Amino acid sequence: MEFAELIKTPRADNVVLHRPFYLAVEGTLCLTGHHLIFSSRRQDNAEELWLLHSNIDSIEKRFVGSLGTIIIKCKDLRIIQLDIPGMEECLNIASSIEALSTLDSVTLMYPFFYRPMFEIIEDGWRSFLPDQEFELLSSVTDEWRLSCINKDFSVCPSYPPVVIVPKSIDDEALRKVAMFRHGSRFPVLSYYHKKNGMVMMRSSQPLTGTNGRRCKEDEKLINATLRPGKRGYIIDTRSLNVAQQARAKGGGFEQEAHYPQWRRIHKCIERFNILQESLIKLVEACNDQSHNMDRWLSKLEASNWLTHIKEILTAACLAAQCIDREGASVLVHGTEGTDSTLQVTSLAQIILDPRCRTIRGFESLVVREWLQAGHPFQQRCAQSAYSNSKQKWEAPVFLLFLDCVWQILRQFPCSFEFNEQFLIMLFEHAYASQFGTFLGNNENERSKLKLPQKTMSLWSWVNRSEELSKFQNPLFEANSLVIWPSVAPQSLQLWEGVFLRWNRPSKFLDEAHEEMINIIKYNKELQTKVNALRRQLAEMETDERMQENL
Amino acid sequence: LSFSFPVKPEELYAFSYNPKMSKENREVGWKLVDLKVDYQRMGIPNDYWEITDVNKDYEVCNTYPPEIVVPRAANKAVVIGSSRFRSRGRIPVLSYLYKENNAAICRCSQPLAGFSARCLEDEQMLQAIREANPGSPFMYVVDTRPKLNAMANRAAGKGYENEDNYDNIRFKFIGIENIHVMRSSLQKLLEVCEMKSPSMSDFLTGLENSGWLRHIKAVMDAGVFLAKAVKDEKASVLVHCSDGWDRTAQVCSLASLLLDPFYRTFKGFMILIEKEWIAMGHKFSHRCGHLDGDPKEVSPVFTQFIECVWQLMQQFPCAFEFNERFLLEIHDHVYSCQFGNFLGTCHKEREDLKIFEKTHSLWPFLLQKKQEFRNPLYRGFTAYKELQPNTLPFSFQFWCGMYNRFDKGMHPKQRVLDQLLSCMSQKLKLEDNASELENKLPFLDGPLPAEACSLPKAGRAASKSPMLNTPQDYEGEPPPVLSNGASAAALDGTSHVDQKHTEKLSHHRDLRDLNDTADILDSEAEDGEPQHH
Repeated sequence: MEFAELIKTPRADNVVLHRPFYLAVEGTLCLTGHHLIFSSRRQDNAEELWLLHSNIDSIEKRFVGSLGTIIIKCKDLRIIQLDIPGMEECLNIASSIEALSTLDSVTLMYPFFYRPMFEIIEDGWRSFLPDQEFELLSSVTDEWRLSCINKDFSVCPSYPPVVIVPKSIDDEALRKVAMFRHGSRFPVLSYYHKKNGMVMMRSSQPLTGTNGRRCKEDEKLINATLRPGKRGYIIDTRSLNVAQQARAKGGGFEQEAHYPQWRRIHKCIERFNILQESLIKLVEACNDQSHNMDRWLSKLEASNWLTHIKEILTAACLAAQCIDREGASVLVHGTEGTDSTLQVTSLAQIILDPRCRTIRGFESLVVREWLQAGHPFQQRCAQSAYSNSKQKWEAPVFLLFLDCVWQILRQFPCSFEFNEQFLIMLFEHAYASQFGTFLGNNENERSKLKLPQKTMSLWSWVNRSEELSKFQNPLFEANSLVIWPSVAPQSLQLWEGVFLRWNRPSKFLDEAHEEMINIIKYNKELQTKVNALRRQLAEMETDERMQENL
Repeated sequence: LSFSFPVKPEELYAFSYNPKMSKENREVGWKLVDLKVDYQRMGIPNDYWEITDVNKDYEVCNTYPPEIVVPRAANKAVVIGSSRFRSRGRIPVLSYLYKENNAAICRCSQPLAGFSARCLEDEQMLQAIREANPGSPFMYVVDTRPKLNAMANRAAGKGYENEDNYDNIRFKFIGIENIHVMRSSLQKLLEVCEMKSPSMSDFLTGLENSGWLRHIKAVMDAGVFLAKAVKDEKASVLVHCSDGWDRTAQVCSLASLLLDPFYRTFKGFMILIEKEWIAMGHKFSHRCGHLDGDPKEVSPVFTQFIECVWQLMQQFPCAFEFNERFLLEIHDHVYSCQFGNFLGTCHKEREDLKIFEKTHSLWPFLLQKKQEFRNPLYRGFTAYKELQPNTLPFSFQFWCGMYNRFDKGMHPKQRVLDQLLSCMSQKLKLEDNASELENKLPFLDGPLPAEACSLPKAGRAASKSPMLNTPQDYEGEPPPVLSNGASAAALDGTSHVDQKHTEKLSHHRDLRDLNDTADILDSEAEDGEPQHH
């Protein structure tokens, strides 16, 4: 298919662009296969707006006489308006945008066409390989092994080719366990707590069904992670009720009788359309221009967004607590083990592991616990808050995770190497990007699409010093402690950087950030200067003494 | 128990609080805030406004201070006449004059208008206020009460101005609720804050039902309306509620804060509180329940003002010289009764209580702790003029630091403020270190010039020092301040001079802080220089 077929009117003049907090500007609108480009014709200060079609969540058109208006709502939650003279032009442009923003084939997406304008220093596709991760692990323990059982994705289609499992469990046993777990997602290592050797594993639900099926190998596998005489915790991210109902559909949970060394705790984390509706309601509330305070608070409450944040953080704190405070190993799963499970395991690591609070470490966490672990990004992030599609599999699971990280960052502003902008950037790229990183639903699909060969990795771009400097937190001081966030409602806030980003000017907050950077930078320079002076003085004094000795 | 419910004002802590401070210092402390200086700053007296002592014996109004600012055109007869038509004699007086365009904010109590009464002198008074601002053909009269409340007051012979009786006024209701509504709202809010492990939904529903943020928004909206009327419409505004000492005080002080960066400094904020709250007779003693009295008189009116300032700080983090802790400290002392400032209900009562002779003033005590109350992000006096806050509901946050202040577990475990404050003190130390080292170096440089230059490292450091220098250099002063100070002290041989000098130094430092950003930019700009040489 040629994009040109979809573009009947590639260019329109005298178009007026309206954006929040900017004066309306007149200019030329161009459509390309992947971008909507608006450039103002003002000679002095030519402005350009480049919008990826894949960033467009929904469009609306209105007509007043022959003047058409297109309102574009983006997945990053921005809303812009274009006034286009000429009924036909406007209709053409609207239908082109509609078609181009909903391409059904992944290989037509922009990452397959994007050619980077920067020098690639490090190939991001090779930055976070499981072997490196395992090397780190084997320097502290020899109880685990790297299994290549899934190297052609034949055992579990949503797992990566290599996974880390207990050394005492062979591949044959793994095959049996895979049969016993939903989507074949057998328990694998998620995190090893160096401080006390406790671990966190993740999987999907066991397929016990109504007649209480059991699997000896499954029991053996997870028991292999326990110290003699110690108990472990299974954190089921569903309510007991939901878990019981799952048995009717062949799913279920670990029964005490068969897993006597494990204590099961149910923590209800919502999924799918409940989350999507929550996002839609929240964004609607944030865009409401009414001055009625009660209405705002009641809409904020009714969206339940902060309730979800609190639930997810609570479950993550619980997992971290079991590991660090109780000295117990933990297995986390829900139904498929691709959504709430990953929220819990990845947040628990941020609480426990200082490495995950560095830029590099956080990237590695996203790669391990989200991309390789098979969170179906393409399904979940196909649409955002303005879409009317209402597909069951769309859900802001990753955005909720990022929001939780932001909540912890807000409570521990000096413990993270990255800043809020870094999290916002990840949110944007998960929904629309020139990079291939978040395409596909799992490693299997990514490998079939040949993404590493055909597209650029987000990490190749981010991990260059020019970009990194934008994402660094000036207050960062490495902190090796476990950081326990408060989950009291008073401690959790609306993430303004994402949800109010386009609804209020950020000038004064940006200035404060700049001021903070300046203060810290000035101090660092002063310190360097004092050190240099001291050195100089010391050198001179030595010289003096030498001369005296002569 | 009688200690926790004192009955007589003399039993309050302020009368027995006795820090080690000389009588003179105590008196100086009370003179720290001089309202006349603030009127001078506004250019008063001028052609239109004068400071009059017509109330020196509290004959016009016993809850006003002896000196008030009224239009020059309003003679004594007009003032007296108007006072008879205003509830408790609280006539229209000036609160703030916006020098740029002569628009003024004035305040008073409600008129005794009933259903039809009118008063020529009061009408002349308003005319005089309007005419003191020749740039505008009209003035606003703002009643901060809900319309229904104001109408109910008419039955009691009070009420609001009839637009037909006053020339060229635009009358407007703003709808801030009364002290009783506010008291019960805070009560509800605190109940929400004290809930044991509430769900998110419990908390947000409770927050909504308390109405607290709605009231905060109403006060803020009123302040914004006043500031816009003065700045954008260039119109003077007369504000009142019922008695003109609660809502009126909130709204007038907030508008001043929005219009004038001076009130966002330490000094200015103290003056603002002294002027709009203490001097103009906000009944702190009753509102804060200092003495065992009528519980229906208690209301968090001042708390709301303090919160509005905090909300502004959230939106404009670089616009205030002081930080959140300063607000909390002031708020604490409004209730603590350790200092005399907030005792009693008005100036006359404070005179009768002899608080100026018997107690201490809060302000010098706070200024001593300036370092811990300063806002490291403050961009200085000139960075922002008028503030135009966003007042959409989402701009208002729940103030955990105030209402869950002692639940430390709920607060961020690491504070950006602490981090930056320690940066600031570290900066001073480093700057001292740097200049001290620099002073030592040239001394050593003398006998050993060749060696110093032959060392590449030392050479680079030396060439680097002037550009990263302490900002004194940029102001064209002799660079080695410390040696300069030492020699001055040596010459005079008195510690007095020494002290003066350090005072100057610290003053200097303040100035320097304002120029921080500029300095960093300067030092960057000069970065390239050594290479060109």
